[in-house]
Amino acid sequence: MVQADPPASNTADPKSAREHARAMGHLRVEAMPTVPAADAAQRPDGVPADAMLWEETIPGGGYAAKELHRGARLRLWDLHGDACAAMLVFNAERPVERLNIADTVKVQWNAYLGPGSMLLSDMGRVLMSVLEDTAATHDTFCGASNARTNAARYGSGDNFGPHPNARDRFLLATAKFGLGRRDIHPCVNWFKGNRIGADGSMSLELGPYAPGRFLTLRADMNVIVVLANCPHPRDPRPEYCVSALRASAWRGPVAPADDPVRNASPEARRAFLNVDEYFQR
Amino acid sequence: MNTVAMPPLSGPVHHDDIIPARAPWDRIVRKGQTLRIIDLEGNQAVDFLMYRHGDDAERYSAQDTMAAQGNIFLREGSVLLSNEGNPMARVTATAVAYHDTIGGACSCESNTLRYGFHTKAQHACVENFLFANSHHGLGKRDLVSNINWFMNVPVEADGALGIVDGISAPGLFVDLRAEMDIVAVISNCPQINNPCNGFNPTAVRVLIVGEA
Repeated sequence: MVQADPPASNTADPKSAREHARAMGHLRVEAMPTVPAADAAQRPDGVPADAMLWEETIPGGGYAAKELHRGARLRLWDLHGDACAAMLVFNAERPVERLNIADTVKVQWNAYLGPGSMLLSDMGRVLMSVLEDTAATHDTFCGASNARTNAARYGSGDNFGPHPNARDRFLLATAKFGLGRRDIHPCVNWFKGNRIGADGSMSLELGPYAPGRFLTLRADMNVIVVLANCPHPRDPRPEYCVSALRASAWRGPVAPADDPVRNASPEARRAFLNVDEYFQR
Repeated sequence: MNTVAMPPLSGPVHHDDIIPARAPWDRIVRKGQTLRIIDLEGNQAVDFLMYRHGDDAERYSAQDTMAAQGNIFLREGSVLLSNEGNPMARVTATAVAYHDTIGGACSCESNTLRYGFHTKAQHACVENFLFANSHHGLGKRDLVSNINWFMNVPVEADGALGIVDGISAPGLFVDLRAEMDIVAVISNCPQINNPCNGFNPTAVRVLIVGEA
């Protein structure tokens, strides 16, 4: 029996394999981080290159996480109008303190997040504030998809398959900060809206929308932000519909005394006072 | 006034507990058993969490539950889902039109925001949850959005929401049938700054009934 020659290979020995690997370094795709962030493809107006901390484009089904220091701005771009950014937030110094969705809506006496809203921790402090929002369709009720919901709608929901679910994306992202399955707390879903009727019913606002909607958040504490860009759990479309999300972050000042979010309500003033006291060291 | 009668429960009564006003409570409820909670004096918020017995990283998820039923209120027939999408319990009967799962638990810390720093030293549901959870090796990071039986939190068209006057009454009840073995944890809410307990925390009665 005559054996066919093996296919021509340029990875047969370590040095050839090294060359093969190194030849890939110049490749660019849509969903990737920009490193260094100073080279950002979409630097926000007025932000100098050396203030940029992060730019990463997260594919539909993808995830990312970033530690941001107090004062940093985080902009989330719904690049093509069909992103769904499920987000967790932890106090980076002490991650047992984390976003508390119930307190966030209860303390602010409102369930719909927008400019001037705070993301509150379970310790009565402001983790992040919403400074700008051109989308106005967000959801604090439905949380993350999971393996079961994605399997039911798309036939699969695994991280290794074509339909990853937000909970399992959170699991991978939080694991890289030493956090785990019991740390995945109720989340906020940016860019997909959910209006509640008097009878408690939900009306989803799923778009797709015009490209380029964004919101800008400010880190009011040192935070770990975790993002999973997966279809909303109540998205009725049979296809796995979710488009790329871009996250950009840059250095900025902490909330000053006359900050509009800080002064928006008596509850906000006390929440920021609790942050001020936390950072008295 | 709601007139739903308390249905008879079959099988042995494993526990028949009075939870004093302001107190924590925790017990294991086996699959198939019914946990009955009775609002003895009316409009007493019963803050409730549950964990899968033996794998307690799986726990009640308000968001999964609401997303699956497309409604924020818990009513008769609501299936209470875990964070991994599995049914943990089912509301088999209740005499109250709906219950809350968006309002969360009061804490010393959130009380300082909602009412002022003078409330910091008041007892709160998170204190009860932390204490009850400590019996099961659970801690602060295991606290997630909970259920508030007998609590009324409407959402208005502009998103305005709040804990408002209750729609429960003396003797009204809720029955949950466990769909898996669960660790059930209750804080009999001590809040005195909003109407969730009619500004007067009172005792509730809890029974665990049925063959496991």
